[in-house]
Amino acid sequence: MSAMTLIQHLLTGISLGGAYALIAIGYTMVYGILRLINFAHGDIFMMAGYFMIFAMASFPWFISIPITLIATVVLGVLIEKAAYKPLRSAPRMSIMISAIGVSYLLQNLATYLFTALPKSYPEVPFLKRIFQFGEISASLVTLITPVLTVVLVIILIQLINHTKIGMAMRAVSKDTETARLMGIKVDTTISMTFVIGSLLAAVGSILYFTDRMTVYPYSGSLPGLKCFVAAVFGGIGSIPGAVVGGFVIGICETLLVAFGYSTYSDAFTFLLLIVVLLVRPTGLFGEAVTDKV
Amino acid sequence: MKLKKFVSIAATAAMAVSMLSTTAFAEGDNTITIGVFEPQTGENGGGGIQELQGIRYANEIRPTVTIDGTEYTVVLDEVDNKSDKTEAVTAAQKLVADGCAAVIGTYGSACAIAAGPIFADAQIPAVGASCTNPQVTTGNDYYFRVCFLDPFQGSVMAQYAFDEGYTKVATIEQLGDDYSTGLAAFFKNQFKNLGGEIVTEQQFQTNQSDFKAILTEVKAAGAEAIFAPSSITVAPLIIKQARELGIEAPIMAGDTWYNTTIIDNAGADYAEGMVCSTFFDEADDSNEITTNFVTGYKEWLNADSARIDRNGGNDSIVGNTALAYDAYNVILDAIEAAQSTEGSAIRDALASIEADGVTGHIVFDEIGDAEKDTAYIDIVKDGAFSFLKTVTVQ
Amino acid sequence: MTKKNVRNLVLSILLLAAAGGALGWLQANSSAHSYAISIIERSAIYAVVAVAMNMLTGFTGLFSLGQAGFMALGAYVTGILTIPVEMRANVYYLNGIAPWLENVHLPMLPALILGGLVAAVFAALIGIPILRLKSDYLAIATLGFAEIIRAFLASPAMNTITNGSFGLNNIPAFSNIFVPCIVSAVCIFLMVLLINSSYGRAFKAIREDDVAAESMGINLFRHKELAFVISSFFTGIAGGLLAVYMRSIDTKTFQVTLTYNILLIVVLGGIGSVTGSIIGSFLINGGQEWLRFFDEPLSIGGVQIPLFRTGFRMVIYSVLLMIVVLFWRRGIMGTSEFTWDNLFGLFKRKKKKNAGGEA
Repeated sequence: MSAMTLIQHLLTGISLGGAYALIAIGYTMVYGILRLINFAHGDIFMMAGYFMIFAMASFPWFISIPITLIATVVLGVLIEKAAYKPLRSAPRMSIMISAIGVSYLLQNLATYLFTALPKSYPEVPFLKRIFQFGEISASLVTLITPVLTVVLVIILIQLINHTKIGMAMRAVSKDTETARLMGIKVDTTISMTFVIGSLLAAVGSILYFTDRMTVYPYSGSLPGLKCFVAAVFGGIGSIPGAVVGGFVIGICETLLVAFGYSTYSDAFTFLLLIVVLLVRPTGLFGEAVTDKV
Repeated sequence: MKLKKFVSIAATAAMAVSMLSTTAFAEGDNTITIGVFEPQTGENGGGGIQELQGIRYANEIRPTVTIDGTEYTVVLDEVDNKSDKTEAVTAAQKLVADGCAAVIGTYGSACAIAAGPIFADAQIPAVGASCTNPQVTTGNDYYFRVCFLDPFQGSVMAQYAFDEGYTKVATIEQLGDDYSTGLAAFFKNQFKNLGGEIVTEQQFQTNQSDFKAILTEVKAAGAEAIFAPSSITVAPLIIKQARELGIEAPIMAGDTWYNTTIIDNAGADYAEGMVCSTFFDEADDSNEITTNFVTGYKEWLNADSARIDRNGGNDSIVGNTALAYDAYNVILDAIEAAQSTEGSAIRDALASIEADGVTGHIVFDEIGDAEKDTAYIDIVKDGAFSFLKTVTVQ
Repeated sequence: MTKKNVRNLVLSILLLAAAGGALGWLQANSSAHSYAISIIERSAIYAVVAVAMNMLTGFTGLFSLGQAGFMALGAYVTGILTIPVEMRANVYYLNGIAPWLENVHLPMLPALILGGLVAAVFAALIGIPILRLKSDYLAIATLGFAEIIRAFLASPAMNTITNGSFGLNNIPAFSNIFVPCIVSAVCIFLMVLLINSSYGRAFKAIREDDVAAESMGINLFRHKELAFVISSFFTGIAGGLLAVYMRSIDTKTFQVTLTYNILLIVVLGGIGSVTGSIIGSFLINGGQEWLRFFDEPLSIGGVQIPLFRTGFRMVIYSVLLMIVVLFWRRGIMGTSEFTWDNLFGLFKRKKKKNAGGEA
């Protein structure tokens, strides 16, 4: 493999990893607070793709993007209120089943509303400009995805460490009951988590689909699972961990395909998950908390 | 709580009863039921619906069939096999229980293979429109098809690629998909026999939406052309991502890609130069049946915006719609020839039928496959499919 | 034997006879009722998987989502071994079959058991590392394993054994409706025996509180592994049955959605109830077909109802499931089992209530 090809692969991997990272943050934050794998998160990401398609049908991109972000956030919060909140005191298994149910519902709803045929993702003109460096070619979106990811993560970490709502989130994820006793509005805090998670999923969706250009009802399920693995790999509950996990999985997957093992690229993701869980259950950056795994 | 339990048990019983008493399809004296076994949802939902529309149109054009001087109204019994083999088995059983005289379908060979033995056991002849896998008809006396086969199609594309002067070709196939893997295998065999070189063989997983890594390999291997038979879901992904990586090599595929959804989704600029084999060409005006069908069907589509939507948002006619139309007519011809609604009689009539359809002259060989030795090759030009040439393989 | 017991025994025998009679009648008129037969067969097969999953989820408290993978193993073993030798060249038309496998052929029953055993061996190997994980992590790890198994079965390296992407076909069908029903019934009966044994009580203890169970002298790992292996064994057998039912399989059948469907059966029937899982299986499989009319255009009084079109059925279906999960968490049976006493108790109490209301 020539150096140029390798660089091209790495570029693809890093860009893919950036989108994964943004989705993985949603998983890690929700898991950190609710101890719930939000199976529907991948499908929220898919729905964000459809929102963008419909927004772009009647508005220019600079209006469509905010519409998409808001619609996705509303959807995310709605799911939390309707499907997770009533089960807060239920056994964990029930909430998990509810999450699987929501995912199933969103996929079927998308099939019903938008048909199973793939829909073309609209182009945001400036994002699609193609750059050519010698043999390597990449569109602007490929290049800005990792940059944007890192910037968003830095903002998010500042938010969590230095604002009141961030402090509330940390408190709720440490100990919900005590946090409630301390006067923290637990429900608001949890909703806020879903707002942030969905917002980042929407940004991830715009970047991911602008690069890959087609949305269909199942386009969220596999990336969703992979991003969950990324979150576990980085240490569930840890935001930098999710980002690192996203990049690692994106790059590894791309390189595996590059070396001719595409058959096993999905299997690899899950193998990585199992190895991490066995060797270091708290992930790369996870705090060692007893009775977590 | 107890009440709930009672209600649930009652509901269970009610459902069980209604399940068992699946009333046979309305079978009046003067109706004949033809099963439409097509996916309307799932991976192949889009293509299945396009076939379904072809059948509905055919049914409107030719709503009756005459047996022994009595006019019978043809009733379509549509079931959705959801592009899923497990669902296909029950869907097929439903058609059997409904007492269909014959069945049309299905888009997606896997479901046709799953349903084949059920129709054969029930002695219901089935005519496939676009299921190109050899396994559909082999060893099944009751399955026929009006399209050509994967081995033929693979060879045609190999012949085309070789004739165009390409010597280095890359293949991309979908793992776990018999259509894609089969077509690629036949292509590779033929292309190597002709003296060409397959520079790289890439595979991808079902549900994969990122092809950049694969395409980077293809680019690095220096392929002059790419053969990527796959579903219409992944086609635009492959095309767009290839062009974005700066791959200029023409992309070729099989019959599924003769579908304007792909051009719409990939964008006219990107899809330019894409080549595929097809059973049918809208612009072919050498045949009166074809031109009549094209004008009539377009009118039918434009009469209702829902039809346009289901066709993929425009009024261009894809190959499988035309094949489905032919399948319907072949069955009606056979019923008339047999002068009977008995499955075995219709089967015998089908075996010896000769019909002129939209997609050409139809005669079935002893396996049940239409004897077609010519395929159309279409290329995308200025955002639309245009006829390039016909290729014949000896 | 008390009067009640005699009554219950008689009722049970009557019910079995009625079920047998109904199946026999369907079989005798099989051509007219092939649709009903296929739904019953499928429900019986899914019931086995659902009970096997319930044994893990409901009785041992292990949330595993690997069912599709174990079913795939069972299905492939059964499929490969039962395809008639003379048909094999035809099935493996592109890549040929491995020479050592070419003439190995088994009748359906031994093939099913072998399929179950292969699934069980895999489960035993996988179980050693992953059963240390808890709840969500176990779920996602088993889900991952199912995907790995699927990728492995479809990989080109397995072409001459599993026929890779092309799947298997020409698998001989059930000779009659009794075969799948009896095999399923036997499987479920064996699992019920296990659940009611001392092992079953240990499983339940682990479900309630594993720390307490361990301090009572229950070997956690051994029991979890046992539950996992046995559940996988029966899941494998069910997979084999599914292969015979479908007569042609490929790896696409065994995707995550299959596991989800089974999960929904278990949830609807009641987590921790064997009869619930069986009822759930018949309800979901029957209901899925029953709801087909939602997919067909409907007009009332000449007005086309715009909602009714392709895909609506699945939406209704998933909404129904969300309602069950949210508002009716116990499912149909909760953790209780169907018994005649319960049934009669139900009527009696209702009567009493009515009488009280009138007075």
